[in-house]
Amino acid sequence: MNSSPTAGSAGRFQSKSAFPYLLVFFFLLSLVLSIRVAQVDPRLLFEPAALANLGRFIRGMFPPELSRSFLSVLGPALVETIQISVIGTLLACLLAIPLGLLATSSLTWSGILHERREAKRRWLLGFFPYAVARGLLSIFRSIPEFVWAFMFVRAVGLGPFPGVLAIGVAYGGMLGKVYSEILEGVDPRPLEALRASGATTLGIVMYGLLPQALPNVISYTLYRWECAIRASAILGFVGAGGLGQQVELSMRMFQFNEVITILAVLFVVVASVDLLSGKIRARVVR
Amino acid sequence: MDAVRRSPWPWLILTGFVLLIVWSYRGTQVDLGMLLGSEGRSQIATYVTKLFPPDLSMTMLREAGVGAVETFAISFLGSLLAVAIAFPLSVLTTRTLLYRGILHERHHLSPLSKGIRVGIYGTAKALLNLFRTIPEIVWALIFVFLVGLGPFPGVLALGFHTGGVLGKLFGEVLEDVNQRPIEALGSTGAGRLSILLYGILPQALPQFLSYSLYRWEVNIRAAAVLGFVGAGGLGQRIHVAISLFLENQLLTLILAVYVMVTLVDWLSSALRRRLI
Repeated sequence: MNSSPTAGSAGRFQSKSAFPYLLVFFFLLSLVLSIRVAQVDPRLLFEPAALANLGRFIRGMFPPELSRSFLSVLGPALVETIQISVIGTLLACLLAIPLGLLATSSLTWSGILHERREAKRRWLLGFFPYAVARGLLSIFRSIPEFVWAFMFVRAVGLGPFPGVLAIGVAYGGMLGKVYSEILEGVDPRPLEALRASGATTLGIVMYGLLPQALPNVISYTLYRWECAIRASAILGFVGAGGLGQQVELSMRMFQFNEVITILAVLFVVVASVDLLSGKIRARVVR
Repeated sequence: MDAVRRSPWPWLILTGFVLLIVWSYRGTQVDLGMLLGSEGRSQIATYVTKLFPPDLSMTMLREAGVGAVETFAISFLGSLLAVAIAFPLSVLTTRTLLYRGILHERHHLSPLSKGIRVGIYGTAKALLNLFRTIPEIVWALIFVFLVGLGPFPGVLALGFHTGGVLGKLFGEVLEDVNQRPIEALGSTGAGRLSILLYGILPQALPQFLSYSLYRWEVNIRAAAVLGFVGAGGLGQRIHVAISLFLENQLLTLILAVYVMVTLVDWLSSALRRRLI
């Protein structure tokens, strides 16, 4: 290391050349430790008991359960899953829009809109709400929707409502962060032009900022809706309604032929939502 | 642009969404009034006050620490396993290597050979779809059923589900790379393997890395909940804490989840900035 050829840029070069080794070292270290911590033992998969269970599982899946009575249980659960995802995403938007706007530094305290505000007010009215909004969004999205759902089940009882709240809060955090990133990334020149022509802050936001941001905002929200359907399908595991409850029941009762039917239904739903939202997104963003 | 604006589509779509929302609102029996009303508020306030203060006793901190490390290990190994599953399958779904595009313009494949190649493509694609469709938590249930409780089934669950997701993304990247290096290599008579190694992978690697890091961020969140069905990590401890009404311990564990998720998000974005 100390035989670096050019003394002047030694620091830069050194850090550049040491980085790959450090990376590999830490990678291998985490690999070894993780394998130990996670008690990884591939042999378990090939033990007679595991293979017997696998055989039972696969044989149990066929033929899939298609009886009328089961499908009539599944129908409402599927409807509920979709409804939870829609209202959950709506709630997420309602949380994300105000918080996302507050968490946009170019709107609250820095950049073109605030050049002429006095420093003290900028900090008190701008930076403080900005930091609070960022913190809230970070908490909302860092706690998985599953944990939110479990807590909401405790707070408001079983059923679709805690599922809606869980998706709303967790996805509100993600959407809010992305909204603020989209808003911060817009081209500042139209904003400058509007400011120069004497537009109010509201005018700048409405005519300079939102038109630029809207396509991406819609596109990302639709993408999140796709994710929400997947999420709401499994939130039932903790009692928050939808298909998940049924999956868990069937799994616990070892009714694998029911499990495969539910998974097939889930596949069709997710694929069609992918298709639908993909089509709409292609229209919105061009 | 004008044609687009005058077309009825935006309004139709908007109306569709409004109807969807109304229908769903009724179906889910959401009662925000109840939640924000005095009863709901006091219910939530009671719950929140029960959470505080977090249990910071030595034993609990150790327990949370062990859970956090386990969660990290599950997410890390799960993501690696996912890459190991996704990579070979995504190569098999690269039609430009198998039967389509620039390499196959000149000499036509015999129907049998083409049939086999399409078959390989279809099988790999179907496997990836299967892996992706089954949610992590269902995979976790399956593997707990197969190999018993503990973090190992969690690793397998993340590996298979994420393998399906990454495989699809990797496949798209492999087919989307610039075709000219492939053409150049093909015309020098290079074999499939060297075309893959020297023509396609160098172009695809940065995106592979970026997708894998992104999925790692998703997986740390997933790893934190797989324990709900017995697959180790913080989730298992959260499940116990919630089920036994140990709210103060729950808050400690949730803080641990927050710390781990933030740590991995930071690590992943630092690595991405550094490597890509």
